[in-house]
Amino acid sequence: MAILVIAEHDNHSLKGATRHSIAAAGELGGDIHLLVAGQNCETAAKFGQSVPRVSLVKWVELDNPSAENLANLVTSLSPSYTHVVAAATTYGKDWLPRVAAQLGVAQISDVVRIESPDTFVRPIYAGSLWTRVRSLDSLRILTIRTTAFEPVAEVGGMASLESLPADHAAGHSRRVSQELHTSERPDLESARIVVSGGRGLGSAEHFRELLEPLADQLNAALGASRAAVDLGYVPNDYQVGQTGKTVAPELYIAVGISGAIQHLAGMKDSKVIVAINKDAEAPIFQVADYGLVGDLNQVIPALTQAMAITG
Amino acid sequence: MKVLVPVKRVLDYNIKPRPRQDGMGVELSGLKMSMNPFDEIAMEAAVRLKEAGMAEEVIAVTCGPASSQETLRTAMALGADRSFHVESPADIEPLNVARLLAAVARRESIQLVICGKQAIDDDSNQTGQMLAALLGWPQATFASAIELDPLGTMRVTREIDGGLEIVSLRLPAVITADLRLNEPRFATLPNIMKAKKKPLDLLTPEQLEVGIQPHLQCLQVFEPPARKSGILVKDVEELVLRLRNEAKVI
Ligand SMILES: Cc1cc2nc3c(=O)[nH]c(=O)nc-3n(C[C@H](O)[C@H](O)[C@H](O)COP(=O)(O)OP(=O)(O)OC[C@H]3O[C@@H](n4cnc5c(N)ncnc54)[C@H](O)[C@@H]3O)c2cc1C
Ligand SMILES: Nc1ncnc2c1ncn2[C@@H]1O[C@H](COP(=O)(O)O)[C@@H](O)[C@H]1O
Repeated sequence: MAILVIAEHDNHSLKGATRHSIAAAGELGGDIHLLVAGQNCETAAKFGQSVPRVSLVKWVELDNPSAENLANLVTSLSPSYTHVVAAATTYGKDWLPRVAAQLGVAQISDVVRIESPDTFVRPIYAGSLWTRVRSLDSLRILTIRTTAFEPVAEVGGMASLESLPADHAAGHSRRVSQELHTSERPDLESARIVVSGGRGLGSAEHFRELLEPLADQLNAALGASRAAVDLGYVPNDYQVGQTGKTVAPELYIAVGISGAIQHLAGMKDSKVIVAINKDAEAPIFQVADYGLVGDLNQVIPALTQAMAITG
Repeated sequence: MKVLVPVKRVLDYNIKPRPRQDGMGVELSGLKMSMNPFDEIAMEAAVRLKEAGMAEEVIAVTCGPASSQETLRTAMALGADRSFHVESPADIEPLNVARLLAAVARRESIQLVICGKQAIDDDSNQTGQMLAALLGWPQATFASAIELDPLGTMRVTREIDGGLEIVSLRLPAVITADLRLNEPRFATLPNIMKAKKKPLDLLTPEQLEVGIQPHLQCLQVFEPPARKSGILVKDVEELVLRLRNEAKVI
């Protein structure tokens, strides 16, 4: 029996999350099949052939890759697998629960540890606690937290390719438009360094003027607290935390962020955490490796300059 | 059109949870419980549809032990017209909640369900999607804006990893509410008083003909590995030196 991993892709290439999912599937034991489903996604499917550990790539043309159609497709494929694995991104979270419900099995969300093929550890309460659960179903449907699994390499595999019949089901919901924020910066989820700002930045202009030059110096991604997003300093997809993105870069610099548990949920697995805050009592200092108590209006320009000089 | 809003009673988000003595669950006794914050937002969205003349009735439902009725009273104080308490264990799984909700939705001829996107205790983010699947309905998750036209077509703005997405779908449907969908109102004292008289009906899984056998077994609840504590640096210069020479990350 094999494991089905759902690829996340933009039809041309695979997104980083997919390589984390394959790494997690590798811990389950079994052949790994990768499903690439989308509109004109053959290029992405071919890409998948070179990913290590994958033995077979199945690809399907979907006329309308809605949550309902993706779920129906995966529901029909699942019975020949022991596990179905996707990343706990807004893509996987959107429709994998439909598959589980249609098959009458549980979904185990946000897995951070695989202890055996039926026993998993996952965070609850914004990561304040972890729970170890055993699945009593014969098919296990998992979303994995990408930051908990080191991604497999980009190339090195030699999977075969199988095309499944195109699906032209009408589906119920349809995408009207997307407003994706493109940026020259590294991706928030895969960046080596993240500079994140909170309410302490005071305004959208200030957020940009202070944090962009620092991020430029460090070739870092920009992130934010919920307060910064709610106040309109930055778009929603910058949000790090319980209800935003989970990141674990080598260096996370939190600027003017108090460190609410809901924020920590999204960044406390970063390798090194730096906190810059004028309030020495701010909870962010409890998780910071290096804390600097001070006014960000002075600290950030000085830090940016120090980085520019020393490169 | 009737709108159903599933609400869950959870440990208040300001309280730090701890494992129970026996390590088999979370200590809740004597602690402040509240309505799941996302469900307050879902409730607000439903009440606004009613106020705009797009919905006739807003019905709240919760699955849980007797204490969950408190959350239904809150829901009715926020504007739900009536409510259902489906008796079940506190740790009922999302799939079983979805099965119970599907039965209620059918029984009440519901046209629109607005769920929260996730319950902040189990952080599962599943129930709304599972419910939609069980009913065979379309869904729009992580909604930050909803536009409904009189013919039953909805345009929903969704918060996704890369930005925003707009989807179009027709009723009946399930929506799950994200944080920025609205700012929920507070329950006023007169509305809290009125809520005490609104209908709250009891249902059991047997009456709904739904089995709720668990699919998961909790083996342990525990504190995750803690970070080792760090240090305070005196200035930018020290910070840069330490990041370079000690942490070696720049
Ligand atoms: C259901 C739910 C889900 C949530 N999900 C998330 C989530 O995913 N992500 C998230 O981030 N939050 C989330 N939150 C919100 C969270 O509880 C906090 O409200 C939020 O993280 C606070 O953001 P902040 O730290 O930017 O703002 P604040 O808490 O207001 O902190 C601002 C900080 O800036 C500092 N500051 C101000 N001026 C300066 C200055 N000049 N120099 C230096 N420091 C300064 C202050 O000392 C303060 O510590 C959620 C909340 C709920 C209820
Ligand atoms: N026990 C419950 N009773 C009523 N609604 C629930 C219950 N559990 C979950 N929900 C609904 O489903 C949403 C998502 O929960 P979850 O899938 O557990 O993260 C919540 O925001 C509620 O709207």
